Amino acid sequence: MSQYPKLVTASENSVIIYFSEQPSATTSNKIAYVVETLKNQLSNQLIDLVPCYASLLVIYNSTTSNYQRIEAQIHSAIDSWQPQPDKQTVRHIQLPVYYSRESGPDLERVADHNGLSIEQVIATHQQTQYTAYALGFAPGFAYLGELNSTIATPRLATPRYRVPVGAVAIADRQTAIYPAPSPGGWNLIGLCPTPLFNINRQPSSVIQVGDSLSFKAISREQFLQLGGCESDLGEQP
Amino acid sequence: MDGLKVIKPGIQSLIQDLGRYGYHSLGITSGGAMDKHAYYWANQLCGNDQSASCIEILVGGLQLQAQIATQIAITGAQVSVTINGKPIALWCNHSVQPGDHIAIGYASAGCRAYLAVAGGIQAPLILGSTSTVVREGLGGLNGDGKPLQQGDIVPCQTGKATTQQRTPQQQIPSYDSQITELRMVLGYQQSQFSPSQLKLFFESIYTISQNSDRMGYRLSGQAIVLPQSAMLSEGICLGAVQLPADGQPIILLNDRQTIGGYPKLGSVLSQDIDKLAQLMPGRKLRFVAMGIKEASVIASTVK
Repeated sequence: MSQYPKLVTASENSVIIYFSEQPSATTSNKIAYVVETLKNQLSNQLIDLVPCYASLLVIYNSTTSNYQRIEAQIHSAIDSWQPQPDKQTVRHIQLPVYYSRESGPDLERVADHNGLSIEQVIATHQQTQYTAYALGFAPGFAYLGELNSTIATPRLATPRYRVPVGAVAIADRQTAIYPAPSPGGWNLIGLCPTPLFNINRQPSSVIQVGDSLSFKAISREQFLQLGGCESDLGEQP
Repeated sequence: MDGLKVIKPGIQSLIQDLGRYGYHSLGITSGGAMDKHAYYWANQLCGNDQSASCIEILVGGLQLQAQIATQIAITGAQVSVTINGKPIALWCNHSVQPGDHIAIGYASAGCRAYLAVAGGIQAPLILGSTSTVVREGLGGLNGDGKPLQQGDIVPCQTGKATTQQRTPQQQIPSYDSQITELRMVLGYQQSQFSPSQLKLFFESIYTISQNSDRMGYRLSGQAIVLPQSAMLSEGICLGAVQLPADGQPIILLNDRQTIGGYPKLGSVLSQDIDKLAQLMPGRKLRFVAMGIKEASVIASTVK
């Protein structure tokens, strides 16, 4: 019998559900279903939910519920899962990226690591249709998978103090765009001028879990026309 | 609206309430008062709701001028507080009058003090909370995540004079233990750590490092050898004890990233996070393991 799904204690008032060893379309379908089911059934006992690649963290109110009751409710939600019809139309988003040495200070590192030219790295990054598996780390930061293994590159040994807004980045077989300036240890390969997160907008994040994404190269001029910031070009401290 | 004018903001003074919930799936963290015990009592002494907004004062140095007549209470870290130069007691409510100068000194024990005002501080709700998360640019007086600045007006309503309330002595922590014990629920990847490494972890005394803040407390001490198995990034809860590549634990707190990919041993009980939030860098602590059964009984009594 499979060891999945597996419920593991996370804290005094949270439990994490592991759905499978690796992310997959079925796992994403289950996670989305369990999120909706728990939201509907547990409304006032739930504090928050954190869906990710193949897991779901359930944070509950320990004064109105307890771990035995929550675990029973989670099991019944999982057991009631039937493959849900995929969203009629998976949203497809194409984002412009200015790939260059001045906007992607780690392009050379990624190329060297994989024995490719910079042009090959840029072309390969645009060839994949990515799936948004999770939003997290920072508001609107979308974890996109899976990156073509021929350009996969480990994180920097020492994270940068500041990564500029819109930085398009690679870590192992993931890619992402930094929605706001922050510290970060991913390899920077370009800049996207599209604002990705705005709390006053509905929805506040341009990218939603389940969206399909692709990238299209633009020129320096297009980057600046689309609102990109010239001061973000060049090596970051 | 009138209220309390910031004469000096101190090291860092932040508007906080219970935190921001329901938005982790967008990557938005919870924030909220770090020491919920001191926060609870500050509100309680002013007759406020349990979720009213307070000022969380890091170490001290905040000076305010009242523009209205109201009640205030200050709890938490041991700071000297004066109204017009006259010392007042912590863990107890006080009347202030327009023009009064409130000065908060620097902590001699503990590191976070809470200032509540009768009726609560009026700040905009951003996704249901006033909590200031500087890193995310959310919450606070203008909703943009800025700490209090000189010249800010912290809006408050006029509060009625009430009888003086005091926190019962047994509810006032001392913040001066040599080694603080943190109870933690075993969980997450703990079963993948070797028994000898777990034993080492619970026998060791760790020191809080300088790089500790509302996002997480970094510890230094005995390095723990990590499990070899690869893992996918996953959701991080309050108090999670994470072991990054160097094996030095990090306790993830109110402003933590919502998702991370390092193995975790479990999570510190929320009641003990109240104690941790008062520890300055250099202070020492150790962990005490607990199962979920025992922890859930303690958690059910959390205020």
